Amino acid sequence: MKPNVTPGGTPHVALMPKEETYGRMVWRRFRRHKLAVVSLFVLLLLYGMAIFAPIVAPYHYDHMDFTKSLHPPSFTSWFGTDRIGGDIFSRVVWGSRISLAVGLVAAGIALVIGTIIGALAGYFGGIIDDILMRFTEVVASFPTMFLLLTVIAVLPRSTMNIMIVIGATAWPGLARMVRGQFLSLREMDYVEAARAVGATDTSIVFTHILLNTMAPIIVNASLRIGGAILVESGLSFLGLGVISPPSWGTILNGGRPLLRSAPWISTIPGLFIFVTVLAFNYVGDGLRDALDPRATR
Amino acid sequence: MAGYIARRFVQLLVLLIGISIVSFSIMHIAPGSPIDLMTDRTTTAEDKARIEALYGFDKSIPEQYFRWAGQIIRGEFGNSFVTGEPVLDMIMARLPATLLLNFLTLIIIYVLSIPIGIISAVRQYSWFDHLVTFYAFLGQSMPEFWLALLLLFYVGLRFPFIQTTGMATWGVSIAEHGLWYFLVDRVRYLILPLAVISFTNLASITRYMRASMLEVISQDYVRTARAKGLPQIKVILKHALRNALLPIVTLIGFELPILFSGSVIIETIFSWPGVGLLSWNAVMQRDYQVIMAFNLLGASLMVLGAFVADMLYLVVDPRIKYN
Repeated sequence: MKPNVTPGGTPHVALMPKEETYGRMVWRRFRRHKLAVVSLFVLLLLYGMAIFAPIVAPYHYDHMDFTKSLHPPSFTSWFGTDRIGGDIFSRVVWGSRISLAVGLVAAGIALVIGTIIGALAGYFGGIIDDILMRFTEVVASFPTMFLLLTVIAVLPRSTMNIMIVIGATAWPGLARMVRGQFLSLREMDYVEAARAVGATDTSIVFTHILLNTMAPIIVNASLRIGGAILVESGLSFLGLGVISPPSWGTILNGGRPLLRSAPWISTIPGLFIFVTVLAFNYVGDGLRDALDPRATR
Repeated sequence: MAGYIARRFVQLLVLLIGISIVSFSIMHIAPGSPIDLMTDRTTTAEDKARIEALYGFDKSIPEQYFRWAGQIIRGEFGNSFVTGEPVLDMIMARLPATLLLNFLTLIIIYVLSIPIGIISAVRQYSWFDHLVTFYAFLGQSMPEFWLALLLLFYVGLRFPFIQTTGMATWGVSIAEHGLWYFLVDRVRYLILPLAVISFTNLASITRYMRASMLEVISQDYVRTARAKGLPQIKVILKHALRNALLPIVTLIGFELPILFSGSVIIETIFSWPGVGLLSWNAVMQRDYQVIMAFNLLGASLMVLGAFVADMLYLVVDPRIKYN
């Protein structure tokens, strides 16, 4: 770039307006959404807690101490203890690993399937579009919870299977959205221009269309993480989760029979699920505002 | 128009076939054969072969599919592995309870979300609108089962009027106690489940209503209505509302599967004797016939519902012309 030159002839680099990168622009706009910023901070804390669980948690998740059965929350055990004297705080900290990982992986799987199917359908159209969209409708028409119940009941119980199954049922909405974007973008002049200069299908799909679809995909994915966490906790609540290591839903389910005598066992992990999902929804909202160039706030 | 309806109908058939293939495949992803469920180590090889032949498991997969699909078309969903009852009877016996809960919820959601959405849109960025938006986030993020447990503990167990398990008091009938007593008894059981499902599901419909209304009130014809001096209330309720309602009405089709999905959790918590509780019990007892039938029926009903909604849309919205 040519340096800015004043009439006197001396270059005035300092006067040159600094070019704002896309990332900076997004961050500047994201920061205006106060609740989204707070939520991002909360999520970073939660993920930090999950990563450093062995350091943060005073006990292992399988720890038991029958002398401390059903203690209410106190300074020694912040969130109280369960029937076998397990420390709820420690279990919640360890549980964050499972719950947060399920959210990320399941949403990731949904993201990959949804984007590929939506992109193929939207870009090629015709019979491919027809087949893929009918398939999408078939998957979307099953009441999710019943489908999940069946598949989880049939498959060997493992956290990995739960992640895969949640991801494999959560993609239809995303596929429809990506398809819509591709349908409209493939008619754009700049795509036509790329095709005219001999760009291949692959390069058009990846560098020209997909990049321009990233904003809504990212927003959708961030909302889907929260959704996946809710679904996993629901399954665990129904007793279909993995018992050890526990997720937040598993801990909550464990406290159900003791709701009258020890309400903290169920209440606290539920609060964590709620706050995490709320945070993902607000971050998604903030991203929507920040990434959409037409939005004015 | 006739062409569109015909095309949409063919599409419906394709979807139903797709649903049957997916349902059939799920039964077959289970490791081991379904026969393992009916046999144990004491079963002789001959018995196994006999059972295999009885259920047709010795045939090829496509043959099995067509055999199974043929039975489904004739309405034969098989018998429960556990109780031996016909699966269809079990589901039909439980369906009314689930439908009652979901239809009441649907009514509550629409009765509340439409006015709230309108006010929120008309007074955009007012304190009311901010409160509604905040609530929408809370409602969409709150785990239903957690809210249910909180209400159970902090409300249900403290007020003797509110019942926390079941659907009605044993023996209460209109004939013996009169209509009023009967209804009050039902309400005692309905309050908590209805409150929970409505609270969490009201959020999204309210947001849609608000967005739809916002879009409509920025249209030219609304400006025209204002320009000719109509009072605000008339503009909103007569000119804007009708058009804003269209997309909301079609949402019913999407909302029903969500409500049905939610009924598994709600019915297990409140011991509501519907299909949700039935499927949960079926899963716990590995009674796959029941849950497979429900998956198939549920998905088929959703597709049929969407078809009906599309046809209704043709009638309701004269602007739509299909080629």
